[in-house]
Amino acid sequence: MDKTGPTAADGRAAPSSEAPIETDAVIIGAGPVGLFAVFELGLVDIKAHLIDILDKPGGQCAELYPEKPIYDIPGLPVVSGQELTDRLLEQIRPFEPTFHFGQRVDALERLADGRFRLVTDRGNAFVAKVVVIAAGGGSFTPKRAPIRGVEEYEGRSVFYAVRRREDFRDRRLVIVGGGDSALDWTLDLEPIAKSLALVHRREKFRAAPQSVKRMFELVEARRMSFHLGQIAELHGSDGQLEAVGVRSKDGALTRIECDAMLAFFGLTMKLGPIANWGLNLHENLIPVDTEKFETSEKGIFAVGDINTYPGKLKLILSGFHETALMAQAAHAIVHPDRKLVFQYTTSSTSLQKKLGVR
Amino acid sequence: MAKITFIAHDGTETVVEAEPGMTVMEAAVKNSVPGIEAECGGACACATCHVYVDDAWREKTGPPSEMEEDMLDFAFEVRESSRLSCQIKVVEELDGLVVRTPEKQF
Repeated sequence: MDKTGPTAADGRAAPSSEAPIETDAVIIGAGPVGLFAVFELGLVDIKAHLIDILDKPGGQCAELYPEKPIYDIPGLPVVSGQELTDRLLEQIRPFEPTFHFGQRVDALERLADGRFRLVTDRGNAFVAKVVVIAAGGGSFTPKRAPIRGVEEYEGRSVFYAVRRREDFRDRRLVIVGGGDSALDWTLDLEPIAKSLALVHRREKFRAAPQSVKRMFELVEARRMSFHLGQIAELHGSDGQLEAVGVRSKDGALTRIECDAMLAFFGLTMKLGPIANWGLNLHENLIPVDTEKFETSEKGIFAVGDINTYPGKLKLILSGFHETALMAQAAHAIVHPDRKLVFQYTTSSTSLQKKLGVR
Repeated sequence: MAKITFIAHDGTETVVEAEPGMTVMEAAVKNSVPGIEAECGGACACATCHVYVDDAWREKTGPPSEMEEDMLDFAFEVRESSRLSCQIKVVEELDGLVVRTPEKQF
């Protein structure tokens, strides 16, 4: 829930490139359903690239409940979110998907030749014959700080991520939170900030112990301050913060003068840019047909929790089924000249070759 | 069955009957109690089912677990009596439980 720090943001994502990546399919979202889409597309000779805002595969399974048991995956009486992710990764390995982590697809448009062009928030461009939206509950984005009146300051002097480190040079900074993001940015920005105060509501931290130790060393050296409590008041005008009030457990209020506040309160799921792609939407979900799981745009499919149709259930197993039918329809677009013969993995020589078991 | 009273920020009371074994959050959602969002569906992965346990009941509900405390870091106006209602299991001994919902769920 807390991976917006410098390490995660610069993680294993593919580097920004000038020329777009050309591929058969781009799958938006690397949760269980997005991962299984690689398998079903792979069986019908469709190569896929996956893009996910998280820094790892698994979506909600990996981010929200890696340890929680799931009981309704056919054939697996009990499996944890992480184990299901790991097993899916093993299952799709023969199809050699390419992952692009730590980025969000911001733009999706149809090109004159009928293909689609996608651009991520890191500037990476893709051109694909089909697009599969497997975005679950939307993209994980930083949660709004739970402080009364914070909306007024957001984007001007209250931030949930660091876009440019230099923006914080010589500024009086308050950082709120006790996870890795808060601690990583505290250690990273302390040398350039004019002053820095970290605020966390309790003595225990979620962050790595060595970061916490380093932070307390800086406090001891009087290079920054640490305040135990919750932000109760914001003072300022026209979106410009002047000070915050920190309430400690015993009710005492401490005023900290500041120019900017960085708040790290975990992640939540938001539909995000999908709303701007010209697709029909229904209450933040994408209506699809139940034959192809295609959206209102030919060649753009939606599978898993993000779609809706009469009788829809937000179950992983339903998403798996949807990918199988979607792949049949995608084949007609990607390989219009090829006839698709329905085959079983148990007996088909050609499918077994693709799976690398023959 | 256990009777649970939810008191909203504006003082509105909602009384529901909960079956032992379910969570206080599930009892709230099942009865459309306002002020409980439960965005993550009970995975202890958000903080939108935050409640304040009435002082008279705090001993019986017990303190939050470590994982729950981690999630409470993301909640609005956390107090000593704060719990995530998805982490409180309904048992017969909680018949009569009173919890308050915060002004906002974040």
